[in-house]
Amino acid sequence: MSVITYREAVSQALKEALDEDERTFLIGEDIGPYGGAFAVTKGFWDEYGKRRIKDSPLSESAFTGAGIGAAMAGLRPIVELMTINFSLLAADQIVNHAAKIRYMSNGQFTAPLIVRTVTGGGAGVASTHSQCFEGWYASVPGLQVVVPSTPRDVLGLFRSCRDLEDPVLFVEHILLYGTRGEVPDTSEKIPIGLADVKRSGNDISIISYSRMVQVSEAAAELLSQDGIDAEVIDLRCLRPLDIPTLVESAKKTHNVLVVEEAPQLGGFAGEIVANVQQEAFDYLDAPVGRIAGEEVPIPYSYPLEQMSIPDPERVAQAARNILER
Amino acid sequence: MSTSPDKDLGKVQLVDLYRQMRLIREFERESERQYTRGNIRGFLHVYSGEEAIAVGAMSTLTPEDYIVTHYRDHGQALARGISANEAMAELFGKSTGCSGGKGGSMHLFDAAKNFMGGYAIVGGQLPIATGLALASQYRDEKRVTLCFMGDGAINEGEFHESMNLASIWDLPIIFFCENNLYGMGAPASTTLHMYKEIYKMADAFGMASYQVDGNDVLAVRELMLKATDHVRSGKGPLFIEAHTYRLRGHSVADPADYRPDEEVKYWEGLDPLPRYQEWLIGEGLISEEEIDEINSSVDDEIVAAAEFAGNSPFPVPEDLYKGVYNE
Repeated sequence: MSVITYREAVSQALKEALDEDERTFLIGEDIGPYGGAFAVTKGFWDEYGKRRIKDSPLSESAFTGAGIGAAMAGLRPIVELMTINFSLLAADQIVNHAAKIRYMSNGQFTAPLIVRTVTGGGAGVASTHSQCFEGWYASVPGLQVVVPSTPRDVLGLFRSCRDLEDPVLFVEHILLYGTRGEVPDTSEKIPIGLADVKRSGNDISIISYSRMVQVSEAAAELLSQDGIDAEVIDLRCLRPLDIPTLVESAKKTHNVLVVEEAPQLGGFAGEIVANVQQEAFDYLDAPVGRIAGEEVPIPYSYPLEQMSIPDPERVAQAARNILER
Repeated sequence: MSTSPDKDLGKVQLVDLYRQMRLIREFERESERQYTRGNIRGFLHVYSGEEAIAVGAMSTLTPEDYIVTHYRDHGQALARGISANEAMAELFGKSTGCSGGKGGSMHLFDAAKNFMGGYAIVGGQLPIATGLALASQYRDEKRVTLCFMGDGAINEGEFHESMNLASIWDLPIIFFCENNLYGMGAPASTTLHMYKEIYKMADAFGMASYQVDGNDVLAVRELMLKATDHVRSGKGPLFIEAHTYRLRGHSVADPADYRPDEEVKYWEGLDPLPRYQEWLIGEGLISEEEIDEINSSVDDEIVAAAEFAGNSPFPVPEDLYKGVYNE
């Protein structure tokens, strides 16, 4: 075991891909001499050169589509979209093309590419740079959406993504890059589509993903001070979605709270709520609760920004409310 | 015709270009018929009037070359060698179609022929074609990617982004604009400042570009020979604008009554089929009788294709979930 940052885990995952697979190249904005907007590809330009590191102009649609075309031709490109906000400029390529090519061509073509991007608010960059669209992409058959919350998951999930024959959106969180965690010394692969029970508990299941896992774990600590034994589950993937793990937990704890950073209306948490209530209704002591981002564009000003994103105290209070019902 | 006979082509090949054009024209006539009978659903955009482009261009490619195109894709599919049977069956939504009935008219695919697909989001095929060319460059192949688009696509951001990427990375790709003067119902004169000289837009990307009479199959072929040489010899991307005209509306649902009669008449006078037929006869390469024989053999092929499509089975219910992901 060693302890590395989430950023280092992403870098390592990319290096492994470049070192182990000649078919792999990276393509994205400022991933070359600049080293990446989040310094993930620092030093890559010198190490791998311009053939493997395609430093692209600000043309999200063209370089994402170029990744799709190269994947159709048999290569294994990794596309970096600087943030998920900018992914909207490439949404045509991701949704209308990458996700459809296998099905519409009756299996004659596939687009096995990984599109990495960065989600989340809290970095003081205001509403156009603080959004969480991974739930939208999870609604598209043909895509897979992976949302790691720890360095270990970054490495293990990324290695599995490389084995897939279909497009993956690999969504990192802007506030997680500096976080640290243990990673095994082996080349561990974590299967796609398996949720992770981060903390076992008996009183309530708190289900979340990405940075909200950290928030949920902190909430669970607060709850433990009140004698409440919370279970925390990290979805790790939004599509495919591991429903059995969630249902099993709901049947054990009889209370469920879903935590999501995106706004509640139309959010992914609703999908979890519906599945849990459908599969575990008879086991529940209270309606499944939801804590989500406020229904506002994320503001710049620090106190307002903090109010708009779920925090441990709000999550803990929501859990108490469910249990007191 | 504007050109002298192609040195590379003997009589048999020259006559075959006619046959291919005729096959596309009759395929489209039949597809419109089948549409009105309810055997073809959704949108049907026929290629009638533009045959010289697909046939002339495709005649210069090797089997390794990649072709990417737009939703008006029947002509290119047939010119690349997808059979009338498979194409018609796809229009019918049958399992024997070249996309297994999953894609329909706008989404024809054939991996064995490197026909990388018809794409129905205008401009969406350009980034993908750019990526195919990038893959060829990455692997140091001599392959050319030929990417078709209409004049409507020029106004999409994906056109400008892709032209730029191809240019800065010297990718082995030919961007081929079929300028038929209308983007659906909108005359290009109202939507694009450079609508008569789209090829000049390539100058902004430092890309070699040419304009050609798209209703002259030999002119298209001649220019494409030059273009494929240019790209294969590592000189980077190239842009072609071919002027042509839809003899029918945007889709079968469109009577195209927004087009002035004199304009339609003018272009009917430039119909690539009679033009090429007259040229072949004038050059003594074919007789009227031989033309009749070809036409009648094409008719038979089309009748057979409609029968094949009609008699083919629809996909089975299990096919609904097949092919969303790797299985």
